[in-house]
Amino acid sequence: MLRKIRISLAAVFWLLITWLLVDFTGTAHVYLGWMARIQLMPALLAMNVGVLIFLLALTLLWGRIYCSVICPLGVMQDIISWFRRKKFKYVYTPARTTLRYAMVLFTGAALVLNLGWLAGLVLPYSTYGRITGAITAPLYKLANNALAQLAEHYDSYAVYEVDVWLKSVSALVIALIVWGIIAVLAWRGGRTWCNTVCPVGTLLGLVSRYAWYRPSIDKSRCNACGLCERSCKAGCINSKEHSIDLSRCVMCGDCMEACRKEALTLSTEKAPFKPVTNRNPENGYKGRNAGKPRPAEEKAAPRNNKPKVAAQPKDNVVAASPKPETAEAPRHNPRRRKPKAATAESSVADPGRRAVLASTAFLAGAAVLRAQHKPKTTDGGYAPIISKKAPQRQHRITPPGSVSLRNLQSHCTACQLCVDACPNDVLRPSSSLSTFMQPEVSFERGYCRPECNRCSEVCPTGAIKPITIEERTATQVGHAVWVKELCIPAKEGKPCGNCSRRCPSGAIQLVPASDKYRKNEHGRWIGPDGKQMDGRLVPMIPVVNVEKCTGCGACENLCPVGPQSAIYVEGHDVHREI
Amino acid sequence: MKQINRRDFLKISGTAATGSALAGCGVKQESAEKLDPAGQHTTELPKGKMTYRTHPHNGDKVSILGYGWMRLPRKKDPNNPNQDMIDQEEVNRLCNKAFEYGVNYFDTSPAYCQGKSEESLGIALEQSGRSRDSYYIATKLSNFSPTQWSLEAGQQMFENSLKYLKTDYIDYLLLHSIGGGGLDNLRKRYLDNGLLAWLMEQRAAGRIRNLGFSFHGDVKVYDYMLEHHDEYKWDFVQIQLNYIDWHDNDKGRDGEYLYNELVKRNIPAVIMEPLLGGRLSKVPDHVVAHLKSRKPEDSVASWAFRYAGTPENILTVLSGMTYMEHLEDNIRTYSPLVPLTEEEARWLDGETANLIESYPTIPCNDCKYCMPCPYALDIPAILLHYNKCVNQGNVPESQQAENYQKARRAFLVGYDRSVPRLRQANRCISCRECVSHCPQNIDIPRELQRIDRFVEKLKQDKW
Repeated sequence: MLRKIRISLAAVFWLLITWLLVDFTGTAHVYLGWMARIQLMPALLAMNVGVLIFLLALTLLWGRIYCSVICPLGVMQDIISWFRRKKFKYVYTPARTTLRYAMVLFTGAALVLNLGWLAGLVLPYSTYGRITGAITAPLYKLANNALAQLAEHYDSYAVYEVDVWLKSVSALVIALIVWGIIAVLAWRGGRTWCNTVCPVGTLLGLVSRYAWYRPSIDKSRCNACGLCERSCKAGCINSKEHSIDLSRCVMCGDCMEACRKEALTLSTEKAPFKPVTNRNPENGYKGRNAGKPRPAEEKAAPRNNKPKVAAQPKDNVVAASPKPETAEAPRHNPRRRKPKAATAESSVADPGRRAVLASTAFLAGAAVLRAQHKPKTTDGGYAPIISKKAPQRQHRITPPGSVSLRNLQSHCTACQLCVDACPNDVLRPSSSLSTFMQPEVSFERGYCRPECNRCSEVCPTGAIKPITIEERTATQVGHAVWVKELCIPAKEGKPCGNCSRRCPSGAIQLVPASDKYRKNEHGRWIGPDGKQMDGRLVPMIPVVNVEKCTGCGACENLCPVGPQSAIYVEGHDVHREI
Repeated sequence: MKQINRRDFLKISGTAATGSALAGCGVKQESAEKLDPAGQHTTELPKGKMTYRTHPHNGDKVSILGYGWMRLPRKKDPNNPNQDMIDQEEVNRLCNKAFEYGVNYFDTSPAYCQGKSEESLGIALEQSGRSRDSYYIATKLSNFSPTQWSLEAGQQMFENSLKYLKTDYIDYLLLHSIGGGGLDNLRKRYLDNGLLAWLMEQRAAGRIRNLGFSFHGDVKVYDYMLEHHDEYKWDFVQIQLNYIDWHDNDKGRDGEYLYNELVKRNIPAVIMEPLLGGRLSKVPDHVVAHLKSRKPEDSVASWAFRYAGTPENILTVLSGMTYMEHLEDNIRTYSPLVPLTEEEARWLDGETANLIESYPTIPCNDCKYCMPCPYALDIPAILLHYNKCVNQGNVPESQQAENYQKARRAFLVGYDRSVPRLRQANRCISCRECVSHCPQNIDIPRELQRIDRFVEKLKQDKW
């Protein structure tokens, strides 16, 4: 029964959080955003005290039920091992304590060093997010598009089509590799990953050994058949010794279902609220090795000894013994460390790069594919669309709400939730090493629309802090830079002005491309030939008021020049209010 | 009591319906028998009943329905999934059907369908197996680009037409869409380079049987051409005529003026844009009801075609029929043409026209003369999407509008469906290259900017 409830809850949780991760309409996060926020690491990074207390209480009550229900990566492993249709496929393995704590230290160190993505590599929620983002999300979108075509056929506007594109090769490769490793581990040994690599599992294990409810073996009933051990995906039941390593048990309830003697039950038996360690030997607990079966006593015990069990927990319930020094680990909270060393990193401007940029831009300009210069002789047809190429930005652009590059780096575990939620195809996983797989802003496919703050709404870790639309339109994440060598009015003497016309902040004004164009005393335009001309045909170049520019990228995205736009955005390392 | 069976009942009611229809219009001689003897509803096309008009000068018997070879059915290009191409098989089917029901006038141009229209017509006519003297081919000298303004380029264009159409003479040759760019443009295209003189020589030599022009735009050009009728001897003139444009403040679009100028000189008129590229069939619901309440069984489009075909000096009415249903509907309307009564005509160009024009649609007829846009926009698709939403009531005037959320979604989702994002209005840089190509004189960049501002308003929900 308990197991069935656990499985149903897990299935619901897993499906909903997967939907949250792949949803691009913004519907899911309204109702399900909390599912990402109750994940342990995001809550820790966001300093979400309520959630942390809740998770602590949950674990103290039920052990690592978190790993069996709330953690999507855990449930994914259960699903994978479920496909291996073999009963009793596991064996007890001793805890790999050193490795486990090493992983915790590694994660903490990575976070302290502002390498959130590196920590994210082993963190369960973001790992699951990346797998979903890279593999499931495109499939979901393809299915959506099929549905959208159907909707279009029936003149319904309920479903609309979206672009499916490869956002990052490296993120996909990493997602596939990690998925492969986890799948193999899950297939062979159930929750091996959770109990060796996963730092969240280890942290929760520190608490779960004091859980109020815990599986316990009633030695008087146990016939030492070993079914519980072989059904335990966490490999934490030593049936020979009747011991259960509660730091690794994920409270799945499989063992209770497997036991034919009803010897395994959920029990509250323990010395309540007292750390069960080697440090207090007086209570009789001697750790894993202490719980040797005592056949005589076992036999002597009456059949109906429940009340007795309550009185003498030490004989029947044997919990694992945590190492004392590790009890300190939770206090080692790396969250808020912001070392000064990492700040200067991207603000160092290399003068040589600007020159390189300018010259590459110029070369690209020579090869601009814009427009058919063939004169139009027939009607109909389309000019080809020239796809955009990202400019070589000296400073990367981070989404509004992320406050600064540093804040993003230290808080983001690269779960890809924002990337898949971005309705304008602006966010994609970064491939630079210092921000690897964390969201990066670029405007080849769309721009950061003024009415959208989706990424800030979905982010569970506080890497992108929640901001209102008003704050979002007043946040400066970068500024526009004009490339004279590519600009149509400057180069060809033709009118354009699209950047100015589309600028949502009105930060771009137009001035005549050369002083050969001027207004006469009547306010009429005079051309280079000295004749009056249609003001709409005067070539005007953009001038950017960088104080008003928010760096939204409308100008870059809508610039008619391609593949390199004649105006592009440089990011700011620290965002500003304007 | 006399028993009546079902068949009798249907017969009686059928006759009654016909009777009342006759009483209603008072003109219709052919009773529209919609039920066959078995009492089944029949939609069989009337064969051999097409109305023909006789050319006053040379006696050509031209079907009142002319086939415009511009809005041809298209399909995906198997060699290039990003492009489409003319669906020649379907075109052939349409052509054969048209022949079968008496259509004998086909109007094409070297500029239509990215230059593929003439070739397509040549193939369709050849496969029909009809003799050359059983139909009339109309094509044009479409030298719009300044690169084509020399005499040689014009001559070459004419020779190419003959080649593509697989013939050695053209029945009706038009100077294409004069009026755009004013008299200056006319001189450069046809007069100063001697092209018109050369075409008149060809007429004398029999390679052109009828010489005429099609007109859109600056009425000065129209007047100039008619003033010089004695010199040029126009055999026909092609004008835009429909019940929306019968009265127009712009003389260049005022159907009554254009038509009557031709009547004065006894020049037969060929009518284009009778349906305004579908604008007079894709009308708002209550205009449908308005028209249907008068004749529930007639199509919305049939009113426009009867309107265009009724004046006596009209030789043929061109329709670009993309689908078989269009063709069949028009065959029905014109087999035979039941001319409008004076009252019906005034009802259309008065009350009905006002009703339609009260909707702020953009007068785009989807002719695609503006395309290709050098900045890759899909201009007609944008304008048509806007018109569709206007007609369906999905262009909310404010956020307080009753159906605002629904209309907003329909407009925005429909926009992405009708126009790929990279071809939408926010890509228009106002280079104004399209403006001179539009026969309807739409200030395309201005309309696109207006639509984009509306889209932004919807997207940002800021009013």
